[in-house]
Amino acid sequence: MKISQQEIEHIALLARLKLTPEEINLYTEQLNSILECFDMLNRIDTTNVEPTAHAVELYNVLREDEVQPSLPREKALQNAPQAEDGFFKVPRIV
Amino acid sequence: MKTVGKSLAELHKLLVNKEISSVELTREYLDHIREYEPKIKAFITITEDEALKQAEEVDKAIAQGEEIGPLAGIPMALKDNLCTEGIVTTCASQMLRDFNPPYDATVVSRLKAAGAVLVGKLNMDEFAMGSSTENSGYFPTANPWDLSRVPGGSSGGSAASVAAGEVPYSLGSDTGGSIRQPAAFCGVVGLKPTYGAVSRYGLVAFASSLDQIGPLTRTVEDNALVLNAIAGHDPLDSTSVPFNKPDYTQFLENNVRGLKIGVPKEFFGLGLKQEVAAVIEQAIKTFEQLGAKIEECSLPHMEYALPAYYIIAPAECSSNLARYDGVSYGYRAEADGMIEMCKTTRAKAFGQEVKRRIMLGTYALSSGYYDAYYLKAQKVRTLVKQDFERVLAQYDILLSPTTPTVAYKLGEISDPVTCYMGDVYTIPVNLAGLPAISLPAGFTDGLPVGMQLIGNYFAEGLLYRAAYVFEQNTGYYKEIPGLLREAD
Repeated sequence: MKISQQEIEHIALLARLKLTPEEINLYTEQLNSILECFDMLNRIDTTNVEPTAHAVELYNVLREDEVQPSLPREKALQNAPQAEDGFFKVPRIV
Repeated sequence: MKTVGKSLAELHKLLVNKEISSVELTREYLDHIREYEPKIKAFITITEDEALKQAEEVDKAIAQGEEIGPLAGIPMALKDNLCTEGIVTTCASQMLRDFNPPYDATVVSRLKAAGAVLVGKLNMDEFAMGSSTENSGYFPTANPWDLSRVPGGSSGGSAASVAAGEVPYSLGSDTGGSIRQPAAFCGVVGLKPTYGAVSRYGLVAFASSLDQIGPLTRTVEDNALVLNAIAGHDPLDSTSVPFNKPDYTQFLENNVRGLKIGVPKEFFGLGLKQEVAAVIEQAIKTFEQLGAKIEECSLPHMEYALPAYYIIAPAECSSNLARYDGVSYGYRAEADGMIEMCKTTRAKAFGQEVKRRIMLGTYALSSGYYDAYYLKAQKVRTLVKQDFERVLAQYDILLSPTTPTVAYKLGEISDPVTCYMGDVYTIPVNLAGLPAISLPAGFTDGLPVGMQLIGNYFAEGLLYRAAYVFEQNTGYYKEIPGLLREAD
């Protein structure tokens, strides 16, 4: 076993997912079997290989620093679960 | 229905010659959709009113003697992860059940500008995560060739709707095979363009270094016509590449004499079913008879592509889907406090596969495991890309099966690892960012088999030419599902 149930619970917190005990069991089992498949990657030596983040690399995608139209506030808020006075409204944080 | 199975060029001619109006054409397709949807279930939303309004505008233009473009007045549908202003865009997730995008995706505004008539939004695996459309947060879609089988995924609705004649073409998105695999399962043509050839502005993000939008059509010519309309640089997408976009239809020449085709031997192991191999071997013979030069080649790191992908894609997904926090848009669950609200929202509105990938990706990126998984996978990605670069210096294109099997039964595959294995021939292409097309190669037991052609960066034209030659000399595109034949 590569990941324990406790680790799964920790990962779920990091991922902001409230999992049921059944889901914790299921994901512990499934993630372990998926991670086992990843072990084959250790068969290749990648010491001197550069990582690839994007297949087609573009650098310094810039434009002139000019003001252009952007999404109007009412449109940005139109899908908000809760909005007030032009702001997103969220539950109490502190 | 008179117009089912007609090509875009034929439909265009009917409109220009005023043999049919766009409104009549759109109504015919809407009737056909109504007739077949109870069986196929490819659509999440049908946009009848908007479609008829758009069709009327094209009819007005025709009446005024304006010259119309090749897609004007012709119906089409979009995978439901492409943002459409004013039309709900769900990503087949309960999370976005009521999401009404404030803007159009670039591909949508380009199709609108071309006069295309949007008739609806298509079913998919939730957030494009899956290979069968069974992970939709709403309902599964059926394969028109056999209603007890899956249409593939994640663009299952996009492929099934075209195969069932509900639309002449659709758009899908492809992160690890999500256009090509359903195209193969449903016997249609699906292209994943070069990474950066089509703008992704307004495509709901899954794995940003891999996602590409592309067309699904009945024929190669149709596919080239749609790519003409959607490809090209877009300043709104910083990964969009400035390149000289050709007219893709100019490549549709019935000649592959001297074309050098490499057949990577690694694509003929890894769970390939005998009946699929037999069809592909026959297709290779056809290409040889037509004058192409075929040789076996090798991409030694292919077996590592699948595990590398299932680290990279979930890692990017866990990061991209962090935005669904119940604050700015999408579903919100009631709970005490911010973190509890966020956790409950995500637990209730995401389906099993999405949660599984978020968990996997969060783990792979978490401190202590980053080097072992994510960085290692990115290095393996380099090796996969270098393999392709090496063989594509020797061959014009590469040929392989699109999938190891034909369409499987609904509910047949429940284990995630088995499901992931089905993407084994399509995933390497996304890691390398190359263009690839799937087209019907033949049939086995009445089910379509897909052939994948892979090309060099921005060589979509050459893929179209090879695919066109095969299509014109075999005629598999003329086959239609039994379901539609019975109706005639």
